[in-house]
Amino acid sequence: METGYITALWFLIISCLTVPLMLGIGWIIRPQKKGSANKTMAYECGEPPVGDAWIKFNIRFYVVAIIFIIFDVEVATVFPAATVYKAAIESGNGGLAFAKIFLFVGLLLSGLAYCWVRGDLEWIKGVAQTGNKK
Amino acid sequence: MGNSALFAHSMQTWIGAGPIWVWAALSAFLIIYLVALPFGGFATYVERKVAADFQDRVGPNRVGPYGILQFLADAVKMITKEDFIPDGADKFLYNLAPLLVVMGACSAFAALPLSKYLMGADLNIGVLYILAVTTLVAPGILLGSWSSNNKWSLLGGLRGAAQIVSYEIPVALSILPVVLISGTLQVGTIVEQQGWAWSGATTGQYHFWNLFHNPFCFCAAFLLFIAGLAETNRIPFDLPEAESELVSGFNTEFSGMRFGLYALGEFAEVFVMCAVLTALYLGGWHIPFLNLDQMWIKFPEAIIILVQLAMFSIKTLLLVFVVMWLRWTLPRLRVDQLMGMCWKGLVPLSLINLFGTAVWMWVFNGRSLAQLLFGSGHG
Repeated sequence: METGYITALWFLIISCLTVPLMLGIGWIIRPQKKGSANKTMAYECGEPPVGDAWIKFNIRFYVVAIIFIIFDVEVATVFPAATVYKAAIESGNGGLAFAKIFLFVGLLLSGLAYCWVRGDLEWIKGVAQTGNKK
Repeated sequence: MGNSALFAHSMQTWIGAGPIWVWAALSAFLIIYLVALPFGGFATYVERKVAADFQDRVGPNRVGPYGILQFLADAVKMITKEDFIPDGADKFLYNLAPLLVVMGACSAFAALPLSKYLMGADLNIGVLYILAVTTLVAPGILLGSWSSNNKWSLLGGLRGAAQIVSYEIPVALSILPVVLISGTLQVGTIVEQQGWAWSGATTGQYHFWNLFHNPFCFCAAFLLFIAGLAETNRIPFDLPEAESELVSGFNTEFSGMRFGLYALGEFAEVFVMCAVLTALYLGGWHIPFLNLDQMWIKFPEAIIILVQLAMFSIKTLLLVFVVMWLRWTLPRLRVDQLMGMCWKGLVPLSLINLFGTAVWMWVFNGRSLAQLLFGSGHG
């Protein structure tokens, strides 16, 4: 098992080194010519770019991101419970194990239903609200 | 626990000596440079050829027979292209972004069960490892898009972040039924259990493909495939790239080898997605209705490795073909439809599958459909 983790670490290291390696090979073998200054201009359909791209705008994603975090933590916590579920069934504790998983996931499911009813899952909610206020 | 040997261990046994970390490094190097990256490169050729066939064109046909060496020509071209960073870009993050994508896609190959004796790392948290590592692609796309200081990229990246993050949930929830069935997170063991019991005495050990374990698993496999398509930004979920509306989306400002690395990473991720589906639901390296361990003759290890590798590749590459096929079949979704489909469709459905599988396990005492039908030995 230990070897597995060492190998996984090597996978991370080698895949991490692949990118500098490829770019490095390119840097060595290609002709070093200074290109036109226009090339480094940000692409905006051929026109000179208007202003910066780093502006403030509605990402429409805030609540979904929060729901995601809650669900992701939930999934991470259900994984251990799911792993021992089979063993629990084999030892005759299937009902208890099922009830525990159901209670935990059911609570989060009701949370999802609440967000759904509240309209937090609507992508174009923001537009509709500003339209109503006017 | 699983008895699948690691690639590093196998090499150490064959060659004889050497500290294990050297073999671990070599196995990682071999799998990345002989499986992951060549697949990523070759897939660009196959994708173009498949596209050409669907559209009744010829496709790439100049470099080598049937244009088969096209990907090598592309690689040479990309490596020798001028490498520049656009004005006003955040240089550090711009350099970091392709690295994260390649790292996320290639490291996941560690836990893929290519064959029983040819696994990079049969971690006891293998499923979680793959889920965790492939998530690196999301910050890769978001950083790449934001750092290049381009409006098209920014829009693509924000779409990508919303999409990848949201579809992470149905992916994980569709993997959970398999964990319920197998009672382990070790990919090698999960695959091993999906064999066909040749003799009646071993029926308890093998429950055939997880796809046919119960009706809920059957649905969960399809949900995993759909959510996986969205995770890898493939059509019909290619909104972050969306070349007809956002130029090239998150990688508009990436050119030359940096663009090539993004493409490599994405195709490697498609392979990982299909391989995970194969390993978790489609029986991995097992030949349907055959069990190599229970034949009349004892096969040498080398033959078993080759047969299992071929089986795993056939299943995975067929799925990759389906992914390419879908590209020319379905139109792209709208952003609000995409998010609605995830949170109002896939998440509730995959939760139903999770509960359904749990109830099935409870009622039938953990036995699969095949075990119930052919209880007294399938063979």
